Amino acid sequence: MDLLTKENNPAAQSKGGEAVLRVVDVHKYYDLGETRVHALRGVNSQINRGEFVAIMGASGSGKSTFMNILGCLDKPTSGQYFLDDIDVSQHSKAELALIRNRKIGFVFQGFNLLSRTTALENVELPTLYARIEKKEREKRAIDALTLVGLGDRVHHFPSQLSGGQQQRVAIARALVNKPAILLADEPTGNLDSRTSVEIMAIFQKLNDEGLTIVLVTHEHDIAQFAKRNLVFRDGKIRKDELVKDRPVAAEVINTIPELDED
Amino acid sequence: MDFVSILRIALRALARNKLRSSLTMLGIIIGVGAVIAMVGVGQGARKQVQDQIAAMGSNILFVGSGSVNKSGMRTGFGQTKTLVQGDLDAILREVPTVVAAAPSSGTGAQIVYENQNWSTRVNGTTPAYFEVRVWPIQKGAAFSESDVEQAANVIVLGSTVAKNLFPDVDPVGKTVRVKNLPFKVVGVLSSKGYSAGGMGGDQDDTAMIPITTLMKKITGDTWLGGIMLSAASKEASYAAQTQIEGLLRDRHRIRQGQDDDFFVRNMADVAALQDQSSAVFTYLLGSVASVSLIVGGIGIMNIMLVSVTERTREIGIRMAIGATEADVQRQFLIEAVVLSVLGGAIGIVGGVGASFAITNLLGWAVLVSPVAIITAVFFSMGVGVFFGYYPARKAARLDPIEALRYE
Repeated sequence: MDLLTKENNPAAQSKGGEAVLRVVDVHKYYDLGETRVHALRGVNSQINRGEFVAIMGASGSGKSTFMNILGCLDKPTSGQYFLDDIDVSQHSKAELALIRNRKIGFVFQGFNLLSRTTALENVELPTLYARIEKKEREKRAIDALTLVGLGDRVHHFPSQLSGGQQQRVAIARALVNKPAILLADEPTGNLDSRTSVEIMAIFQKLNDEGLTIVLVTHEHDIAQFAKRNLVFRDGKIRKDELVKDRPVAAEVINTIPELDED
Repeated sequence: MDFVSILRIALRALARNKLRSSLTMLGIIIGVGAVIAMVGVGQGARKQVQDQIAAMGSNILFVGSGSVNKSGMRTGFGQTKTLVQGDLDAILREVPTVVAAAPSSGTGAQIVYENQNWSTRVNGTTPAYFEVRVWPIQKGAAFSESDVEQAANVIVLGSTVAKNLFPDVDPVGKTVRVKNLPFKVVGVLSSKGYSAGGMGGDQDDTAMIPITTLMKKITGDTWLGGIMLSAASKEASYAAQTQIEGLLRDRHRIRQGQDDDFFVRNMADVAALQDQSSAVFTYLLGSVASVSLIVGGIGIMNIMLVSVTERTREIGIRMAIGATEADVQRQFLIEAVVLSVLGGAIGIVGGVGASFAITNLLGWAVLVSPVAIITAVFFSMGVGVFFGYYPARKAARLDPIEALRYE
């Protein structure tokens, strides 16, 4: 699968334990009129190439804010954020947009596909902003859709796809620009348990092929499919541990009965 | 993102709300159509003025009786009784640049033929009049000098009068009655159409009789309403004007500082004035029509603002996957421009169509100039950019996190 080989990430070829993400003493405040919300209170962490990290925490714990900063959608109030060894914490909006486009793939809870736009065109979207030429765009989009098992659904509209299929389109879209990291924000939040495991199986497969994945979830059993769990509370990382006895999602699926359609 | 892709996205977004997009475009269609049709009407009128002046010749002068000043009360033009045949003879004799001159006095009268009647202006003049005004006879002939000497009851009808009194028969040789006097129709004038400016009266709604007949048998006046003169050339007409003014002041014994009891009008000046006024008319029509174009632009702005709000989430998605502010701004700006340019294109077709309709239905000359069309295209594009800018800016300024959260 040429989409995800390490040739796109020269750093990964030289050193196995290379940090893809590194945050140093990151703080984030929100000024809401008179009150000031301290969402992150000094976060330090490092995520290496090839890792599969689940971020957990209750709502208000700061995990979403952290995710937004990792995704270059937001800037830290103070502290540094290194992505591929580049400090992006003070980049301009346009530079952040470029980084989001080239280095980060997003998967959201609500899928966030463009309606009345085919799966193929949805997946093509990031390549459009990367100013890749038409032929290559289409090839990449079809490759990415095939990778998530939707090679036969390229011309379907989101409304014609099931939730799991829509999420797979979203994953294909996240992968199409060969990002350094895949960020997934509650990717299984809107899915039933069997489909959730299916999605996790795709993540595990992609991770096995070398993709770095960071996933936000509040479901403990979903987090177990990752290799490492970070737990947020009150704006700080309270727990950082490796997952023991990680289940293989592809095997777990077989233990979940299919839901009867009624 | 390449232009073709943006264009495709814009077209698809617009196609999604067909009714809304068409109604929004309608504002621009009407605006552009109105500008083209109205400027066409204005320019057509101006062209007509210029043509008429060219046909009439800019070497024509008109001397009219002036206003009376009676113990401070001044009446309008045409009230003095001092302009007489003697003045006309003197001008012909003493002003060398004047080539021809004809008296022109008129009165409103009803002309009756059998059971038909038509109210018009009956003008008393001499055969020279047709020459000065370059007004050929279409049927029959003009009355002669001897008709004038004898104060004969002969009449030359304007084409409108002829058409109304004699819908089916040839008027030449028939007898009509004017103020209960029988007149023999000797000729019918060719059609001159509406007077310069397109808004004036019908020049063909008139009838000509010998000046002597008018003065002696109808009005009983001894003075003239006016004199039509032609100078050797346009340049000579200015010299002639000055000389005529001097001559008539002498003849009418007007002292220094006293008001003239006559006026001299030079067609070259009138032409310039009418040309100017028809140009103003064009600008006026154009600017009134432009207002509707601006209203159309506001419509675009309005609908684009709605669209930005509706598509907040889409904007968030696009930003999350790497669209820059510039990308988003361009996308919405191009949507607005597509709306306005498409509307403009349809508006051009509509405007040209309306111009033809005006020409055919109202009989006005309408001149659609390529300049007006090109201007309309750029103007509508400008409207799109101008009124699309703010909504596009608003879209580009959205915070991606907020936009993604927007329901």
